[in-house]
Amino acid sequence: MNPHGRSGAQPPDLTRVRAYGDTLDDGQVMLSFSLPVPFGDEAREAARQLARQMGLHEPQVYHAHDLGEGYTYFTVYAKSPFVVDFTAISVPKLAGQKLDHKAVESLWHARFADRKLRILGACTGDDAHTVGIDAICNVKGWRGDKGLESYPCFAVKNLGAQVSNDRLVAEIRAFDANAVLVSQVVTQKDCHRSNLAALVDLLEAEDLRDQVTLLCGGPRLSHAVALELGFDAGFGPGTLPSDVASFLVQDAVARAQPPQS
Amino acid sequence: MPPQSPISTFAPAPPGFGCPPLDLDAATVDRCRRLARSIAAEVTAFSQGHSTVATERTVLRLCGVRGADADGVPYVNRVVDAARNSGLLEAGIARPLFATAAAKGLSVQACAEAVAAGTVALRAPLPAERTAVDAQAALAADCGIDQILAQRATRARLLHELGSGPQPLCYVIVATGNIYEDVVQARVAARQGADVIAVIRSTGQSLLDYVPEGTTTEGYGGTYATGANFALMRKALDEVGAELGRYIRLCNYASGLCMPEIACLGGLERLDMMLNDALYGILFRDINMQRTLCDQRTSRRLSALAGIIINTGEDNYLTTADAVDAAHTVVASTLVNEALARDCGLQTWQLGLGHAMEIDPLRPDALQLEIAHALLIRTLFPGAPLKYMPPTKHMTGNVLRGHVQDALFNLVTVLTGQGICLLGMATEAMHTPHIHDRYWALESARMIFGGGRGLGSDLLVRSEGEIATRARLVLDEALALLERLAQTGLMAGLQRGLFADIARDPKGGRGLDGVFERSGDYFDPGEARIDRELDRIAAAEAA
Repeated sequence: MNPHGRSGAQPPDLTRVRAYGDTLDDGQVMLSFSLPVPFGDEAREAARQLARQMGLHEPQVYHAHDLGEGYTYFTVYAKSPFVVDFTAISVPKLAGQKLDHKAVESLWHARFADRKLRILGACTGDDAHTVGIDAICNVKGWRGDKGLESYPCFAVKNLGAQVSNDRLVAEIRAFDANAVLVSQVVTQKDCHRSNLAALVDLLEAEDLRDQVTLLCGGPRLSHAVALELGFDAGFGPGTLPSDVASFLVQDAVARAQPPQS
Repeated sequence: MPPQSPISTFAPAPPGFGCPPLDLDAATVDRCRRLARSIAAEVTAFSQGHSTVATERTVLRLCGVRGADADGVPYVNRVVDAARNSGLLEAGIARPLFATAAAKGLSVQACAEAVAAGTVALRAPLPAERTAVDAQAALAADCGIDQILAQRATRARLLHELGSGPQPLCYVIVATGNIYEDVVQARVAARQGADVIAVIRSTGQSLLDYVPEGTTTEGYGGTYATGANFALMRKALDEVGAELGRYIRLCNYASGLCMPEIACLGGLERLDMMLNDALYGILFRDINMQRTLCDQRTSRRLSALAGIIINTGEDNYLTTADAVDAAHTVVASTLVNEALARDCGLQTWQLGLGHAMEIDPLRPDALQLEIAHALLIRTLFPGAPLKYMPPTKHMTGNVLRGHVQDALFNLVTVLTGQGICLLGMATEAMHTPHIHDRYWALESARMIFGGGRGLGSDLLVRSEGEIATRARLVLDEALALLERLAQTGLMAGLQRGLFADIARDPKGGRGLDGVFERSGDYFDPGEARIDRELDRIAAAEAA
C-alpha cells in the first residue's frame, strides 16, 4: 500500500522530507507572531528579516496589523529549505494496546480476580483546573467514554485541586495507592515541569517511587515529556479515560509476578 | 459630602438591540422565582447570623487599616487572628481594635501594627467606653464608605463624559502574571475594541486566606489581585479610555477565601465588575459552603454600594457536567444567585448572571440548543446585563476551528441580546492569551456584533420549533430542581451534588474554621450606614 497517497505523483524521499503546501518539496510554512515595533513599512521589513533569520526563504508578509501601543501583528508565509529524515525518527510510545472498557475488565479479572487497582488522582501545585483529572476519573467521563470510577476493577480517589506534593505523598501512603495520576493544566513559565520533577524527587526520597505507577496528563504534556521527567507515562490533549485504563491494566499485568500455577 | 449619583452605570440596551420574543409560561417563571426567593431567604438568614475572618478583615479595610508586616502578612490578618486567639472576635473586630487604640492613645493603623508586632494586646471595651468606641469605629468606616461612593460617582461622571462601548460589551482577559505586562496587554486590547478588561488572578489565589500587598510581577496563570495592582491597572485604563473616548471597565475576582476583602478593594479602587458567585468557590475550589455563603453577602453588599456589576459563575457548571443534560442547573442557579443578590441590595443592572456555550459543536442541533439556552436566560432576566461565556470544554488546540467556534458564539451572543460577552480565544486550553489572540477575537466580535446587532429584534422564533420547545423544557427542569432545593435547602442540595455533578459537605472544604456565630452584641461599624445607602440607592433607582 502506498503510505503517502501520492499514486501517480512523485513520492516523497522520506529521508529528506520538507514542508508541503501544494507541490512536493515546496517548503511552504505559515508563521504568526507580533513584534514590539510600530506598524509600518519598517515593521513589515523587520518581520521579513526575522523570518530569514529563521532560515526561511522568500518570506511574504500576507498580513500586518497595527495593534497599537507600538506593537504589530504579522502573518507571514515563507519557504522552508530544511529537511527531516523521517526514517530515522523514534518516538517513545505507550506500551500495550488500546482496550475497551470490557477488555480492560476481563484482562484485569483474568490476572487479579476481585482485587482492585488503587488509583489516586490529583491536580498538584497551585493548579486549580480540575477539568482534566475530573474527565478522566469521574464516572461521567469524557465524550461518552466513562471515567475510571466506572470500572469495578479500580478503586479511585480524586483529590481535586491544588494538592501539594507533600500531601500527595501522604495520601499515597494512606490510600496505599498502586497508581497516581497527576494533572497539570497551568504551564506558565514551565511551572508544570518543575512541579512534576519535584514530585518524582520526593517519591524517590520517600522510597515510594517503585511502588507506584506514576502518570501525568495535561494539554501541554506528552508521553515523551513524561518519561523525561521521570514518570512512567504521560497523556496529552484528547486522552480518553479508556486510554488511561488500558495503560494501567496492562502495566499492572506487566509489573506483577508471573502467576503461580 | 457631595450628593452621590445612584444612577445606573450600565445603560439599557439601545433601540434595535434585543432578542426574539420567547413564549414562556408566566406561571412557571413566577413559581421559579418564588422558590428561588425562599431558597435564598434561608441562606441570607444564615449569613446575617454569622461572620467570618474574611468579613472581619473587610471591616478593618473599610476602616482604613492598610499594609503588611515584614513577612508579607497583612495587618488586617494579624489583628483578626489575634482577636480570635483571645476570644474577642464573636462580637466583631471593630470594638477590640478601636478600644485598644483609644486606651493606648494610638491611631487605629498604629495600633493594628503594634498588635501585629505583639507589643500591644487587644482587649474588649469597658461598658462605659462602648458608646464612644462604637462612634469612633463608625466614623472610620464612614471614611471607607465615602471613598467607595466617591469612586462610584467618578465612574458615573466618566461614563457620562466618555460613554461606553455598545452592547454586547467585549470582555477580554489578561493573564501574564506581571501587572506591568498586563497593563501593556490591556491597553492594546482597549485599542482593538475591548470594553472590559478582566485581570485573571494567579491560580493559587482563591485559596490564600490573605490578600497579598503591593504590585506583583510573578504569578501562575494570572496576576495576583492586590490593591496596588488594581490601582495601577485602573490608571492605565483611564488613560487609554480618555484617549479613545470610551470608558474601559476593569474586572477582577471577588471569590475564594478573601471574597469580601477583594470586593472592598475593588470598590475603593473603582473596579467596575467583579466575578462574584455564591456557589462557585464551594463547587470548584472546595471552599466551605458556610464560609462562602457568609462572605458572598458581605461582598455583594459592598458591590451594591460601589455600583459594581457582579458576574456569576454558572457557566462553569457545564465544564464538568454535560452542557445539555445540565442546562437546567444553570437556569436554577442563576435564579438563586439573582435572589441572593437582591437580598444584598444589588440592582437589576448589576446582575451579570453567567451562562455559557459549552455544547459539543459537532452535535447536529448544537446551535439550536445553544440559542435556546441563551434565549431562555435572556428572557428570564430582562434588564440584567448577563455575562455570556465562550466555548472552553470543546476547544481542541486547532486554533482555526476554535476561532470558528468563537465566531458562532459571537453570533449567538448578538442574536440573543447578551449584554456582556466574554470573548473566546482561539488558543483557549493551550495558553493564556497572547497579544494577537485578543486581536483575532476582537476583530471577529466587531464584525459580527457590528453586522448582527439588529438580528435579534428582527427575527422570530417559531413557538413550536426546536428552540422554543427546548427552552420550555429546560425551564420545566429548572423548576423541578428548584422544588427539590426548596425542600432540602441550598446546603443539603449542594451536599447531594445537585450542581455541576459535584457534592460538598457543609462541614467540609477549606475555611470552615474562619466562620463563627455572631454574638448578641455583634457590631459592624459600617453596617448601618451601608443599609441606609443601599435603601437610598434603591429608592433613587425605583424613581
